[in-house]
Amino acid sequence: MAAPRSFLWTRRVFLTLLTGFVLLPVYVMVSSSLKPLQDVSGEFRWLPSGLTIRPYIDIWSTVPLADYFVNSLIVAGAATVCSVVIAVFAAYAVSRYAFRGKRVFSVTVLSTQMFPGILFLLPLFLIYVNIGNATGIALFGSRGGLILTYLTFSLPFSIWMLIGYFDSVPRDLDEAAMVDGCGPLRALISVVVPAAVPGIVAVAVYAFMTAWGEVLFASVMTNETTRTLAVGLQGYSTQNDVYWNQIMAASLVVSVPVVAGFLLLQRYLVAGLTAGAVK
Amino acid sequence: MTTTTVPARPGARETGPGTPGAARGGRLPGRLRRIGLPYLLLLPALLLELLVHLVPMVIGIVMSFKELTQFTLRDWGTAPWTGGDNYRVSLDFDAPVGEALLHSFLVTCVFTVLSVGLCWLIGTAAAICMQDAFRGRGLLRALFLVPYALPVYAAVITWAFMFQHDNGLVNHVLYDQLGLTDKPSFWLIGDNSFIALLVVSVWKGWPFAFLIVMAGLQNIPRELYEAAALDGAGTWQQIRRITLPSLRPVNQVLVLVLFLWTFNDFNTPYVLFGKAAPEAADLVSIHIYQSSFVTWDFGTGSAMSVLLLLFLLLVTGVYLFLTSRGRKTADV
Repeated sequence: MAAPRSFLWTRRVFLTLLTGFVLLPVYVMVSSSLKPLQDVSGEFRWLPSGLTIRPYIDIWSTVPLADYFVNSLIVAGAATVCSVVIAVFAAYAVSRYAFRGKRVFSVTVLSTQMFPGILFLLPLFLIYVNIGNATGIALFGSRGGLILTYLTFSLPFSIWMLIGYFDSVPRDLDEAAMVDGCGPLRALISVVVPAAVPGIVAVAVYAFMTAWGEVLFASVMTNETTRTLAVGLQGYSTQNDVYWNQIMAASLVVSVPVVAGFLLLQRYLVAGLTAGAVK
Repeated sequence: MTTTTVPARPGARETGPGTPGAARGGRLPGRLRRIGLPYLLLLPALLLELLVHLVPMVIGIVMSFKELTQFTLRDWGTAPWTGGDNYRVSLDFDAPVGEALLHSFLVTCVFTVLSVGLCWLIGTAAAICMQDAFRGRGLLRALFLVPYALPVYAAVITWAFMFQHDNGLVNHVLYDQLGLTDKPSFWLIGDNSFIALLVVSVWKGWPFAFLIVMAGLQNIPRELYEAAALDGAGTWQQIRRITLPSLRPVNQVLVLVLFLWTFNDFNTPYVLFGKAAPEAADLVSIHIYQSSFVTWDFGTGSAMSVLLLLFLLLVTGVYLFLTSRGRKTADV
């Protein structure tokens, strides 16, 4: 397959420009995080006047970054695990069984995708407060409330994608397992789930990223002890000073785990999307 | 027992794996379990969707008919009814509240069309460019996914830094180095804020289109290209005649999802501008947040949210109707 020169040149130019566009903020983030404060306060400079790792030390004391980190990890981790487990069960039911209300369920779940988050921010806040007053279970301001909220954010997309993925796993496999004496749940866990690993990994990555990056609910529904990184990062700008080098260092530190995990698992993501969502 | 394992015929699909249970003698508990099982599996998902999405939505609709200030909010159930007043205020485009909402709605429409269009265009072009193997393709693909993987607040805060008036990269390049502007511009206030928001939104959004189109491209059989090449079609023609038409079903879903996400986006403007966005970049979600939580008028905020939802439902409905009709005629 010999592509013509015109295509090769267009490709080269386009991909080079795009790479520059993509990497520019990454360069700014990395280089600014290694600059002394006077470098980021004055006119922008492409190269630091002197390299320093000071910002990386200071970020932990300017704001309680470690606490926010732990909060984000707990919230995003728990939301991901719950969301994936619940989505696996729901998607299995839709993929393998005929039951009354199947269409209604699918349509309802998918349509929640289009709800503006702002529509249920306030009602949800009131529900959580009311549940707290009535039962003593603290949802508002707690990590639990945030976990509950976030796991439903990724749930519709996860269910939708896993239905497609489970459909692509031959039913003969789980039927054979059931003939061998497995119950439906055993068949799901020991046959369907292992065959659908790429789809499940893709869904888990999506759920984690959704929870790790959410800002709106995190800023309304957390307090000093449960604050996540999304809110905590705003602490580096005070009335008088904006510690841009620390902000960049902190941004980098909170990004590395997600970006690294994402890049390691991106093959699964494409495979999962190919079989699940894009059919 | 083996009779139940005959290879599933297309028609047998819907009977599901419950069939082997019938071989166990069809005891009542077994049958009950079989009928109840799918519901049991769905129950957690249903309960959560109900608690976090559907019930709040209903409450939101009820709230939009009430007068809710910081004083009546605590006992929102007993707050006075106002009938359609909140909607009347929101839709009175000659009065300040309605005028601001209409302005914000129009800004969001223009912004969404531009952002979705650019994201789709860049994502598709990149995916097509990377369809054939070349040296460094894997590395490039990983790089291109970085904006998607970065947490919104970390990425957008970096852009906010680049758009700073005094110490930002953008002014440094445009004014100091290239001399394209006669003085450093403001990017996060005033009219330029629309451009800033658009750039950030496209930077953040196009990798998703890239990812989906890339997945879609893998479903196009290679033979189509080989056959086209035999017929003398060049690369450009193959892209126009095979790649783009084959991507149609993928694009239909992709554009809808991008549209909904962009139209409802709160995170990007919130991190870029803070609680009050400049007028030129006043997206609806931020505008409603501002109306509810900053001016403490939750009733009107709820009415605006419901109007937004109705608009999105309408657009989605029309879109699905048009695209599914398109698909039917294409099949004939």
